[in-house]
Amino acid sequence: MTKTKIRLNAKNGKTELKILIAHPMEHGRNRDPETQELIPAHFIKTLTVSQNGKTILSAQMAGSISKNPYFAFWLKGIANGDLIRVDWLDNQGLSGSAEQRLAEPS
Amino acid sequence: MTYSRRKFLHHATASGCYVIAACAGLMTPGQVFAEWAEDYFSPGKLEHTLDRLFAGADIADSAAISLNLPLIAEDGAVVPIKVASTLSDVESIAILVEKNPVPLAAIFTLSENTEPFVSAQLKMAETCDVITVIKAGDKLYSARQQVKVTIGGCGG
Repeated sequence: MTKTKIRLNAKNGKTELKILIAHPMEHGRNRDPETQELIPAHFIKTLTVSQNGKTILSAQMAGSISKNPYFAFWLKGIANGDLIRVDWLDNQGLSGSAEQRLAEPS
Repeated sequence: MTYSRRKFLHHATASGCYVIAACAGLMTPGQVFAEWAEDYFSPGKLEHTLDRLFAGADIADSAAISLNLPLIAEDGAVVPIKVASTLSDVESIAILVEKNPVPLAAIFTLSENTEPFVSAQLKMAETCDVITVIKAGDKLYSARQQVKVTIGGCGG
């Protein structure tokens, strides 16, 4: 149901990290258009970015982030071969992750 | 009963080792998650959220923050935002939407391996200000911009 995609892009000694997560991000105040029942809250609470196992960025969020969240960050001090990993956890206990090694710039 | 210095040190060392061992055992990659502060994300007014986030500390407007937002959002469900700053020692970037039921959208904690930059997408319930608060070197700086929402992001 949920998919996590990341992309690393090295530019001028810095590394761009783009994250795309397939997630409903329901804040719990929307109603089902047919049954008029409240759709239960279902949103990502925490997201972390790690470099070779060490956390370099962490985020806390809630239902004000759009559905299928997209994030972009600029990382520095990332060497070729370093493993960048993204982990997230939502309010229903679901989690997801994706990882990628920084490759030689082509 | 008196608690001798020798006994205290002995106990302190033993329990200290235990704590370190426990942490080491728990902190396997992929399981390290930042705490989620529930009171930051409780519904309420923007001022109250800012108080809970920063304990009433002074927040100064800063020209060193660039806030990239559309002036008019046709769809309040997806409002792209980019925050960048030339401030040094940036520790965290918070993004808030003034009139959303839960004003805080997200707070990002940075490190020396991240540039003071965040790009994300917000939901906006109605036309209002979007505020970013940056913590840098134990001081708080902010920038804000109004976004006109023509279709609400909360089913409106």
